[in-house]
Amino acid sequence: MTAKHQRLTLALLAVAAVVAAALLAMSALKDQASFFYAPSDVAKQGLPLGRAVRLGGMVQAGSIRRAADGVTVHFVVGDGIATTPVTFAGIVPDLFRERSGVVAEGQFNRDGSFTATNLLAKHDEKYMPPEMAGKMHETRTLEP
Amino acid sequence: MRKDMVTSPAKLRMAAPTVPTLHALANPTRFLRLARVCTPALLWSGVVLLAIGCWAGLTQTPPDYLQGDSVRILYIHVPAAWLGMGGWSGIAISSIAFLVWRHPLSQIAARAIALPGAVFAAVCLVTGSIWGRPTWGTWWQWDGRLTSMLLLFFVYGGYIALARADSERGGDGRIPALYGIAGTALLPIIRYSVVWWNTLHQGPSIGLTRSSIAGSILWPLGFTMAGFTLLFAAIVLMRMRTALARTKAEARLRRMARA
Repeated sequence: MTAKHQRLTLALLAVAAVVAAALLAMSALKDQASFFYAPSDVAKQGLPLGRAVRLGGMVQAGSIRRAADGVTVHFVVGDGIATTPVTFAGIVPDLFRERSGVVAEGQFNRDGSFTATNLLAKHDEKYMPPEMAGKMHETRTLEP
Repeated sequence: MRKDMVTSPAKLRMAAPTVPTLHALANPTRFLRLARVCTPALLWSGVVLLAIGCWAGLTQTPPDYLQGDSVRILYIHVPAAWLGMGGWSGIAISSIAFLVWRHPLSQIAARAIALPGAVFAAVCLVTGSIWGRPTWGTWWQWDGRLTSMLLLFFVYGGYIALARADSERGGDGRIPALYGIAGTALLPIIRYSVVWWNTLHQGPSIGLTRSSIAGSILWPLGFTMAGFTLLFAAIVLMRMRTALARTKAEARLRRMARA
């Protein structure tokens, strides 16, 4: 083995070690690096009471109810396993709709419901023209 | 190195298959001859593809069912993200080549990639922020994908500063090269952050074999992707030629000062 081959082996080993270390750190950080709690996380780990957290999941179909005051919205966030009722008073993002992703910032209440101070819309990785999505999703565009 | 390849036939057999084209290109004169032809070809084909992609992306594709017209920023955002990360892969490969074969040209390549790579990482962050406001309802959130991409931008900055400091202090270039290899840690983190962690950013749309973007929206992305990549390559070649010319001029000035 020449010095050159030795250096090549060392360099490739270094890259493999660096990448493996990054992947290991990522799987170890899974809980801390999470951007939000899913309803099933809360069901498993108990309520994170008394601090500002984020709750994320899908807005359940047919769950959006607007209160009489015109600004308060009630809806249910689910992740396929558990669900959490959410209350929010304010302006919702354009992409906030049923069967779509949402991330709510706020606090859990003792009864397991969530009071949000801010809503973020989370969309999925699928992009398609309105005709393909069908009538279920009416779209708004600049085109008349 | 080239001498011992000639003297021992056994070594020649062993060493010959290891990237012969790279070795041939490592000769600066040969590289410059090739780069002089390639630079304008890459630049103009990149500009043409980019123009086609932007025109098609702005006028020929349907809006997204959910996001409407704001989906069109994808044609800039995705190539910028790819080149921000691809640029660092280029720095890492050049750094390995420099440490293993000690070709000065690979060091010049790594330094030439750093600035355009950082610019594209910044473009990715800025376009992502502009896209996030109408879709997610926020300019910035500290989620896994956004934070790791911002870190990559800072790591580029660190590389540029380190490489400059190294050459100012007369270093041999090994420390920036090691830094170039160490920075590779961020690439799998950026890639898998949206898969392994809960993030605001959606999961990957484009895999090796399939894509979850409808074909009618996807196709101009191929043009802007190829266009930006060719443009990036042209900029890197320009920067490498400039670096070589500057080294040559400095050497000539030193010789004149001595005479």
